[in-house]
Amino acid sequence: MNSTKLSVSKLVTTALLGLFSLLFLIPLIWMVSAASKFETEVLVYPIQWIPTKWNFLGNFEQVWLGKVPFTLFYLNSIKLSLIMTLTTLLFSSMAAYAFTKLQFTGRNLAFGLLLSFMIIPSEATLVPRYLLLKWFGLYNTHGGLIFMGMFSIYFTFLLRQFMMGIHNDFIEAAKIDGAGYWRVFWGIMLPLSKPILATVGIIKFIWSWNDYQNPLIFLIKRDLYPIPLGLQLFRNDFADNYAVLMMASLSAILPLLLVFILLQKQVIKGISLGGVKG
Amino acid sequence: MVQSQIQPLAAPVKKAYWNHKRKEFVVGWLFLAPEFVGLMILSVFPIVFSLYLSFCEWNLVGGLSSIHFIGIDNFVAMLEDEKIHMALKNNLIFTLFTVPIGIFLALILAVFVHSKVYGKEYFKVAFFIPYISSIIALGAVWSALFHPSQGPINQFLLRVGVENPPKWLADSHYSLVAIIIIAIWAAIGYKMIIFIAGLSNIPDELYEAANIDGASQTQQFFNITLPLLGPTLSFLFITTLMGSFKVFDLISFLTGGGPNDSSTVLVYRIYEEGFRNFRMGYASAISWLLFLIVGVITMISWKLQNKKN
Repeated sequence: MNSTKLSVSKLVTTALLGLFSLLFLIPLIWMVSAASKFETEVLVYPIQWIPTKWNFLGNFEQVWLGKVPFTLFYLNSIKLSLIMTLTTLLFSSMAAYAFTKLQFTGRNLAFGLLLSFMIIPSEATLVPRYLLLKWFGLYNTHGGLIFMGMFSIYFTFLLRQFMMGIHNDFIEAAKIDGAGYWRVFWGIMLPLSKPILATVGIIKFIWSWNDYQNPLIFLIKRDLYPIPLGLQLFRNDFADNYAVLMMASLSAILPLLLVFILLQKQVIKGISLGGVKG
Repeated sequence: MVQSQIQPLAAPVKKAYWNHKRKEFVVGWLFLAPEFVGLMILSVFPIVFSLYLSFCEWNLVGGLSSIHFIGIDNFVAMLEDEKIHMALKNNLIFTLFTVPIGIFLALILAVFVHSKVYGKEYFKVAFFIPYISSIIALGAVWSALFHPSQGPINQFLLRVGVENPPKWLADSHYSLVAIIIIAIWAAIGYKMIIFIAGLSNIPDELYEAANIDGASQTQQFFNITLPLLGPTLSFLFITTLMGSFKVFDLISFLTGGGPNDSSTVLVYRIYEEGFRNFRMGYASAISWLLFLIVGVITMISWKLQNKKN
């Protein structure tokens, strides 16, 4: 008796929250709808959620084959995000390995220092970082952006938490077989850390893909732009052509949506690990 | 007798031990090196160097040789700079609205999604989508929705009888309001996910016991859920508080701090003074103001946490 009564109230709550979630997603639904319309119909009121005349392909063509090279921005974003993700994974897990499985003087001090670096906001170091890139000849290059996106205290911390749980027996056994430090790291620690590496990798990829501030300040050449800056160009060029702008926005979000929907468990787990963005 | 027998044996063992220790020392630091050196170059050196720059005048165009030490002039100028006052005020308003409202709404959502609905996974994904999406793409969508004359939001407001709806992003009284609405919307899923993680750490037995004792849902929420969510709440409070002082992307993309600096914030001042007006010394002084604000928040939160433990 009690359980059926409970499930009725649960059903009602589900329906209400379902409605609310649709309301919550209206901006995104509107984006998809507008991206499928002709410009003249986008701002017609009342909103036609399903277009009467479809122009999805037309907008698609404008975005992907038009005068603003969206395809190039896409390739730039893929390249930057992939390299930043892989290098971050490598350097963070190397540091995490040292912090968890190697005994050496200064280890705890180094860890404490690293944690204290966390309070330095990257927004407060924009001016000197600009100078650094100039000195290194990395200003206005992809190399400069990658250099700034290779290190993460936060991910080092997450990987360290995970590696602390890896049993030392695995390492001892490998050492008896004659494995050196690098082989222990590469052949044992990394394979055993796969779950956390996947989680961290996905999150880092998403953050790199969405980064706007660094490219805005450290890139000037249009051909080097990643997606977020490309969107800004679109906004300038197609100021009031919302159909095209919405198609561009949809195109920018789509890969992330796919990654997220396929790997939602990993992403959500990674964020729940106690996420601090940055 | 026994000792003298052991001594000759111990020496090589000891030597091997020290060799091993020395090797592990070198290897350990080598493994740490990229991360450690990288962060020294990209974080520690810049914040120290910007402290020096903040006492200098430097307009970049003249190269390094044109750096002049000017003492505290930049900080004095900041005291009188109305754009800085505006930025601080806007950062405070932004914080006062996004932090409590965002946390409150996310908590309610989390409680419902965690245990009161079917299809938990769908709701997690639905509310989380804006967080993983590019904030710039979302900003583009909202810029259309907020369009002053023909945007869906104002069309709707006109229909329901609001005679002069605000011009939102183009309106100096409402630009910050519009940004706040977007920011709350975009970040709610993240906070909800963190709350759900906190909620799933609360043992079910507590609720079962409370049910047996006849405690109402509201009583359970205030006597079990809320106190046990304490650490999650303070974590979210501190991180969103710090984040709200670093807000930049949406503002830069949507309003450029305008109209009339009505939506300008500290990080936008750094960007504009440093990279538009090329006043690198002044931009560094603003950077240090930001660093101090974030630093003080961090210190206070550490103090409070230590007290609790």
